[in-house]
Amino acid sequence: MDEIVQEFLVESHENLDQLDRDLVALEREPDSRDLLASIFRTIHTIKGTSGFLAFGKLESVTHVGENLLARLRDGKMSMTPQTTDVLLAMVDTVRDLLGAIEAGGDEGDIDVACVVERISAVLEGRAEAAVAEQPAPVEQEAPVEEAPTATVEAPTEVTPAPVAEPVAAPAAAAPAASAVTAPAPLAKAAAEPAEEAPHRRTVADSSIRVDVELLDALMQLVGELVLTRNQIVRQASHQDDVDLVRSAQRLNLIASELQEGVMKTRMQPIDNLWAKLPRVVRDLGAQCGKTVTLSMVGKETELDRSLLEAVKDPLTHLVRNSVDHGLERPETRVAAGKPAEGVLTLRAYHEGGQVVVEVSDDGAGIDPERIATKALEKGLRTSTQLAEMSPNDILQLIFLPGFSTAAAVTNVSGRGVGMDVVRTNIEAIGGTIEIDSVLGRGTTCRLRIPLTLAIVPALTVECAGDRYAIPQVSLLELVALDADRAANAVEDVNGASVYRLRGALLPLVRLTDLLGVESDRSDGHVVIAVLQAEGRRFGLIIDRVLSTEEIVVKPLVTQLKAIGVYSGATILGDGTVALILDVQALARRVLNSDVLEQDQVKETDTRTVVDESLRLLVAGLGSDRKVAIPLSSVTRLENFPASAVEHIGGREVVQYRGGILPLVRLSNFYGTLSDRHDDELVVVIYTVGLRSVAIVVDEIVDIVDDGGELQAEVTAHGVLGSTLVRDRVVEVLDVRAAILSADPTFYEASEFELQPQLQETM
Amino acid sequence: MSTRLVTFTLDGHLYGVDVASVQEVLRGQPQTRIPLAPESVSGLINLRGQVLSAVELRARLGLPDRAADQEAMLVVVRVAGETIALLVDTIGAVIDVDEEQFELPPDTLTGASREFLHGAYKLEGQLLLALDVERAVAA
Repeated sequence: MDEIVQEFLVESHENLDQLDRDLVALEREPDSRDLLASIFRTIHTIKGTSGFLAFGKLESVTHVGENLLARLRDGKMSMTPQTTDVLLAMVDTVRDLLGAIEAGGDEGDIDVACVVERISAVLEGRAEAAVAEQPAPVEQEAPVEEAPTATVEAPTEVTPAPVAEPVAAPAAAAPAASAVTAPAPLAKAAAEPAEEAPHRRTVADSSIRVDVELLDALMQLVGELVLTRNQIVRQASHQDDVDLVRSAQRLNLIASELQEGVMKTRMQPIDNLWAKLPRVVRDLGAQCGKTVTLSMVGKETELDRSLLEAVKDPLTHLVRNSVDHGLERPETRVAAGKPAEGVLTLRAYHEGGQVVVEVSDDGAGIDPERIATKALEKGLRTSTQLAEMSPNDILQLIFLPGFSTAAAVTNVSGRGVGMDVVRTNIEAIGGTIEIDSVLGRGTTCRLRIPLTLAIVPALTVECAGDRYAIPQVSLLELVALDADRAANAVEDVNGASVYRLRGALLPLVRLTDLLGVESDRSDGHVVIAVLQAEGRRFGLIIDRVLSTEEIVVKPLVTQLKAIGVYSGATILGDGTVALILDVQALARRVLNSDVLEQDQVKETDTRTVVDESLRLLVAGLGSDRKVAIPLSSVTRLENFPASAVEHIGGREVVQYRGGILPLVRLSNFYGTLSDRHDDELVVVIYTVGLRSVAIVVDEIVDIVDDGGELQAEVTAHGVLGSTLVRDRVVEVLDVRAAILSADPTFYEASEFELQPQLQETM
Repeated sequence: MSTRLVTFTLDGHLYGVDVASVQEVLRGQPQTRIPLAPESVSGLINLRGQVLSAVELRARLGLPDRAADQEAMLVVVRVAGETIALLVDTIGAVIDVDEEQFELPPDTLTGASREFLHGAYKLEGQLLLALDVERAVAA
């Protein structure tokens, strides 16, 4: 059955029960305007909805009923037992009609003309006389002399189930006489649901309304149960008692099911949220002069009520954004070979214990270069930083505060609320947001939202003897390095550590440093939790990884929240309290120091290489020659087999991430002889804007802070100068010259885009 | 008018808080320390599934640290909608005091202890210092 009809039925059944009570109360105090107004409202509601849902009979009954009630309410008529009767009869008819709708989806063959006529008669005052001779019409047979053609059945109170003789449509034949006709023809219809009752629960019976607070309390209790379960399961695992272990397992199972069940009670389909979007899209499209088809996939995907509420505004914002900025005008679309009508797709699905909601359009897409320019203009990133970012990373910049790409402030967007607010809102509920875009093909915004807020999967870690919980949603992966590898792999640059995670540089932060505690790990092992927040990745160095657990989030007192490191606390399986790390806040700390650094760079941001680069990648070129490459220009470090090198027009290239990178052999450029004779090329990927080259070196030696001054007097071909790195003289590579030697057009053809990195995921 | 106070000692002095704000009194519990937290917040306690922060009243009142071998007692109070555990030395009796025994803190009293005290009740042979719980646990 249609969901709207279902809701209508549930609501109306409740309303009818209220009506019964009101009508009976009304009989006792016939002058109560409040009661009359309440009854009027109820009938009015039913009438309105039935008209909307095209239940004609229901509408006609409630319509006359409403008229009668309106006159009573306005004092134009006064209550008599007779009016009460007809009103009750009307309520019964309505109830029967609802029963028929529930049973068969339509109003069936219930005849309403009779009761309509009765009400009309009362309205016109025709039945006044009949009343006098009909003192007790309730619960007794009372044929009315003035109504010869009508047989009067009188059980006008509750559902007339025991009615014995269904009378075939007498009322229609006797319009004037039906003053006190009971809803006899309804008996048949009314009896039907009664018969079916054992087989099927009615809509109204199968659902109840529950106070959200009660559900919250229930959820809380289930949370406690889950905690206790964790404790018992943990303790049982140390026991030999087989029965205990078995009971613990059973408890484990039941608690999980209960948790799921209770969570379900709070779940609502995302359609509740989406239902109003077609209108938003339509109106907005009309306003912008665009035609938009809205398609929605996965309407039935459910998520927690409170989360639904929290996602509402961000989602609406994204949809508005897509219509306003994402989709092009029809003429532009046609010119680009696309159908004039834009398509906006909302997609929701479950994935890995989360709900993913996508808002995608088939519009113009976002040009990373425009984003980059904008970020530069607004001073959000420096050109050096932008140069080292992949196009996908650049796209995520639109989530930075103070970023708006709208060329002009339109009526629809570009005012106040930006994508940064969207991200803040989403991250506040433990979700994440990312954006994908292919130029000319469209943009997709992907929200990942936890199923519920109260219980979150988390990783428990140890640091300085204390345990902390890290929500899984922020955790990308774990990296464990033994002492030997850690010594090499973690490069400590003047206090700022980095780790090469599959070639990309990952800034590292020690949790002990953040918390101001002493690590109790002295064996040199390093465990890195790779975290993501605020669109950035960073590695958190912890002492030990303990386990993954479902934890119940307990709020912290304001005083402790203000520290800005913890988002809450939880009770672990053994009953001890552990703090939950606020990864967003930690990221902000890391980010902040970064911003300071940027500012420093910005002040001295002149055209020379050295000023832009605080850190240098030192590479060996053979013949004991070492060059330094500004780290800021380096996006990745890769190894290629020598066989991967191909030739285009006499130039060496390699395939990389689906694209073609020109190869720059530094040893050729400097005229040194490579010491390397194996089949592997060590390559530094260097990116400017959207273009990259692969610089081949012999080996990566070190990453260092630019300690010394650039000594420009000691210079040579392809060298900007030399500097002192750890008491050794290192040449600083003139990257520009080196690249131009391999690809003379590298700096010119910026409009030529290297597609590959567009696809790069985060 | 008489007031009923739960009394406890800190560094040899007798303190009292209104009995209405006290939820319970219990022995020391294992605590989880909170790096970066204010010094007076000594940790988090699991009280039957509820996470409470424990406030070290000695630190709050600027008193010397408790001797290492002395186990702290907890006075669990409800203040401004939050439940907080106060760490004290020993728990005393519940005492009824009269208004006329009350006096504002002596003018010579300064610093933290003045800030966090309502005043003193003059008991026989001893002063009972009335703690302003709300202030003592705030910030």
